[in-house]
Amino acid sequence: MLNLVFLIPLLPLIGFVLLGVFGSKLPKFVSGAIACTTVLVSFLITLTLLGGVLSGSIVSETITYFDWINTDGIYLPMSFLIDPLSVWMMTIITGVGFLIHLYSAGYMSHDEGFARYFTFLNLFVFSMLMLVMGSNFVVMFAGWEGVGFCSYMLIGFWFKNTNYNNAAKKAFIMNRVGDLGFLIGMLLIFVKVGSLEYATVFGQAPLVFESGTTDIVVITLCLFVGAMGKSAQIPLYTWLPDAMAGPTPVSALIHAATMVTAGIYMIVRSNVLYTLAPFTQDFIMIIGLCTALFAATIGLVQNDIKKVLAYSTVSQLGYMFFALGLGAYTTGLFHVTTHAFFKALLFLGSGSVIHAMSGEQDIRSMGGLRKKLPITFLTFLIGTIAIAGIPPFAGFFSKDEILAYAYQRSPILWALGILGALMTTFYMFRMFFLTFFGEFRGTEHQRSHLHESPLIMTLPLMILSILSIAGGFLGVPHVLGGHNWFGHYLSGVAPVKELALDHSTEILLMSISVALVLVVIIIAYVIYVSKKQVPVSEGSTLTTPHRVLYNKYYIDELYDALFSKTLRWKSEWFYKLLEKGGIDSLVNGIGKGVQWSGKTLRMAQTGNISTYLFLMVLGIILLLIITGLLV
Amino acid sequence: MNLLLLTILIPFVGGLVLLLLKGEAAKWISLAFSLLTLGAAVGMYQFFELNEQVQFVSNTVWMEALGLNFYFGADGISLVLVLLTTLLTPLIVLSAFGRNYSGVFLGLILLMESALVGVFTARDAFLFYVFWELALIPIYFICLYWGGENRGRITFKFFLYTLVGSLIMLMGVIYLYLQTEAQFGMASFAWEDISRLKLSTLEQSWLFWSFFAAFAIKMPVFPLHTWQPDTYTNAPAQGTMLLSGIMLKMGIYGVIRWMIPVLPEAMVEWAMLAVVLSVVGIVYASVIAIQQKEYKRLIAYSSIAHVGLIAAGIFTHSVHGIQGAMIQMLSHGVCAVGMFFVIDIIMQRTNTQQLESLGGIRNQAPVLTIFAVIVMLGSVSLPLTSGFVGEFILFVSVFEFNPYLAAVAGLTIILGAVYMLNSFQKSMLGEPRPEFASFKDLNWSEFAVLAVVSLLILYIGVYPKTFMELSEPSVKLMLGKYSGFTLN
Repeated sequence: MLNLVFLIPLLPLIGFVLLGVFGSKLPKFVSGAIACTTVLVSFLITLTLLGGVLSGSIVSETITYFDWINTDGIYLPMSFLIDPLSVWMMTIITGVGFLIHLYSAGYMSHDEGFARYFTFLNLFVFSMLMLVMGSNFVVMFAGWEGVGFCSYMLIGFWFKNTNYNNAAKKAFIMNRVGDLGFLIGMLLIFVKVGSLEYATVFGQAPLVFESGTTDIVVITLCLFVGAMGKSAQIPLYTWLPDAMAGPTPVSALIHAATMVTAGIYMIVRSNVLYTLAPFTQDFIMIIGLCTALFAATIGLVQNDIKKVLAYSTVSQLGYMFFALGLGAYTTGLFHVTTHAFFKALLFLGSGSVIHAMSGEQDIRSMGGLRKKLPITFLTFLIGTIAIAGIPPFAGFFSKDEILAYAYQRSPILWALGILGALMTTFYMFRMFFLTFFGEFRGTEHQRSHLHESPLIMTLPLMILSILSIAGGFLGVPHVLGGHNWFGHYLSGVAPVKELALDHSTEILLMSISVALVLVVIIIAYVIYVSKKQVPVSEGSTLTTPHRVLYNKYYIDELYDALFSKTLRWKSEWFYKLLEKGGIDSLVNGIGKGVQWSGKTLRMAQTGNISTYLFLMVLGIILLLIITGLLV
Repeated sequence: MNLLLLTILIPFVGGLVLLLLKGEAAKWISLAFSLLTLGAAVGMYQFFELNEQVQFVSNTVWMEALGLNFYFGADGISLVLVLLTTLLTPLIVLSAFGRNYSGVFLGLILLMESALVGVFTARDAFLFYVFWELALIPIYFICLYWGGENRGRITFKFFLYTLVGSLIMLMGVIYLYLQTEAQFGMASFAWEDISRLKLSTLEQSWLFWSFFAAFAIKMPVFPLHTWQPDTYTNAPAQGTMLLSGIMLKMGIYGVIRWMIPVLPEAMVEWAMLAVVLSVVGIVYASVIAIQQKEYKRLIAYSSIAHVGLIAAGIFTHSVHGIQGAMIQMLSHGVCAVGMFFVIDIIMQRTNTQQLESLGGIRNQAPVLTIFAVIVMLGSVSLPLTSGFVGEFILFVSVFEFNPYLAAVAGLTIILGAVYMLNSFQKSMLGEPRPEFASFKDLNWSEFAVLAVVSLLILYIGVYPKTFMELSEPSVKLMLGKYSGFTLN
């Protein structure tokens, strides 16, 4: 089965090439079929690998294809590492990826750029697979940058709109800021260890680095900066909400389920390094927790259905990093998995809503949609319950595991974690109630168009709903009679962190969190369903805290003033003052000086013989004097 | 006949023939000559043995009394650059199809090619110098007669600037020549003799600066770069392609061939200063590029930034630095030709290169846009395109030299994305503009050039081994690190 591994990324790549070259000439049906089939076959091959891992026949296999870069000790083969971690990620990418491809075939069916859309969606799957399959940091980096590029092309998919183009550019550049960190981290690893192959680096690390020394802390921090960019953590998160400019299935696949979790994958992959750097771990924990809370507060007041989901994604990613910072690597990845299910579901559901609403995204103009869109309603409800963390839905198990580790570290961390979870519940149910309950608040035109989406779109919703219900059973904790199967599955790659709470405490913590979540749901129900409150319309005066939240703490404005404006100003200044006024004037000045001296010295050539004779005699006398002095 | 001599002679003869030709036929004849030259170069590649030896050697006495010889030969380093030159020239010739250029113009391109191959394969310092100056003549006329407004003043400045550098280098060459007589009893310009000279630290120091003057102006290295943006902006597209695609590599090649093995102590002594200048240039030019209003000038500054990283790499005096420079020279050459051609296509159809007046071209020209994206990716060094391989190895070399400098140089990956994406967005994206409604997508010759460029960008990005294994043994020899490198 290993000899088919190369096909897994290659098939989407072939799809990309076919669609890129012939896409504009093919009928939509054929383009869609090519794109979906390639990903489906990759998924099926991945499943055989997963079978191999589960049966124990694959533990950790490195497959080398060719020398990519090889010169004087820099040896970077194009090679893949097949182990439980990469196979797990591949399963999510191709599985969820296939569902979203399928959904897109319906969602994008009216778009003139249909083939172009699938071209980049296929390229994305290829790049994302490279990211998780590579057996060294540089192949990971290749995928890492590749997904960034696809994200750029897909955010700016509707390229006539300048705002969308700006959002795309912002995403790429902000990611590049993170990538510089990643790059420096890699260079430092290479200089210290002499290799970038995982096997060598992780094998050597405990010998080369002592725990907590500057080198390892700097390396892990640099790599984490890369993760901050890709996974939208403070301070590099502002691109992700803007990235919602892209088509909604793109948000589901790239900006929720897969690409933005690359940072978590990277840290889980390098867990050997992070375990050697406790300082970095604490740093990650703090950043993760802050991001989780900060983004949740913004989510409380947003009115764009996709913006709410975007801030929710930022916040959930924060939870994942929070887990990683606590040393619970497998828990972080568990949350990646359940989040991929329910957040993809929610995004696709919101896409179905937007599709029905003729492109409207403002929840203030929605309402009462549950009757017209019954399947979307039900599946969206499942997703909302899953993210809120009500047992036995998927989100409960993964989030609870994170909170348990937080409590083990400190009850305060646990309380803050609960606070974030409650905000999550509130904004999710706020959105859910405003969208599906109450009276319809849109235009008559929109009302007449309301319709449930076709099967090609609802089928992925249904499958993802099942996964959002059942996905949590992958990691049922001991206290609830499970064996934390997921942790054991990954234990060969990342150790399972010990949880030393006694069972009664665990049960108590779970009960408190579930009870509080239920209370918050009731509050949201009372406000938005019983009292039928609707968020105030645009332009109304808001209370100061509300306004600050609504404007996302003015962080975008701050960055614009601090970085974008400064850079433009510097550019002008460098060009006018230093370049034209300084260096070039100096060069031209030298040129003019030579011309001037030429003109001036020419005057000495008078042609008058007596002058020449006089100067000659003067010269001889001078020479004699000088020789006399020297002798 | 020796394939190397053919590679020099075919374009030389072709160039002379074309100077006399008029009409449409001239284009096809020049293309034929450039393809023949490419054939000869590919022949060299076929017969080249992967080791550090100088191959295809041809040594004929020129002036016996002075010890001057027509001494040519190619090691791996030369071969890579000969391949670059001969690959790009047909593309540059083809890019002139559909434009109103005479046989003289095309002839000058071929003469330029001949001189460039001469520079990259001369094994005799004086011969190197002769070709170095010869290469300046065709490009001088190309810029002077086919350039934009202000071409007289700008071309004069360019000519004078590079000439001053070359003359300072000539002093160095002559000094080395005199030293060979003093030390070996027989005056010689041959590389083999010059590279085994014993030179004091002081001698090496001033020789370093004399060569640096010529090579740094040619690349150009900050702060000797101010001739470049004006010249690139004003030259006709083919001139800019020759200048940035191939000619600036003369400077880099010069450092590798004539400074590193000859002046090893000075290379170490002055490394910090040279690397710092290069790194400052990277950031300085990148920042300036961001607010440029003319498309060509923006790319001209980006070229200074890219070359800054190559220069930083070679001055780290390491195998990584030079190997990174070798592959990055290829990548930069291909990307520069692609980028300047894209701009030329836009200028030819819209009569402007002001970014403010452009926009929405993607609506009219999807094929052009696809190629523009690929070239852009090469320029911003996305992995699996040509730009990444060299950039990564160069970063490794600078990091090994000094991590802080590498971090500063690394800003280029952010700034590069800023100015490349900005200019792409301003020119290609956005609402369709009514005045560009008749904008035609690519014709066949334009398609051919950009398709080859794109394939090269991807090929070098995925399988750089083809070129890197050619130069590696010779690079180690230049650094005196040759240790019987054999390929397994």
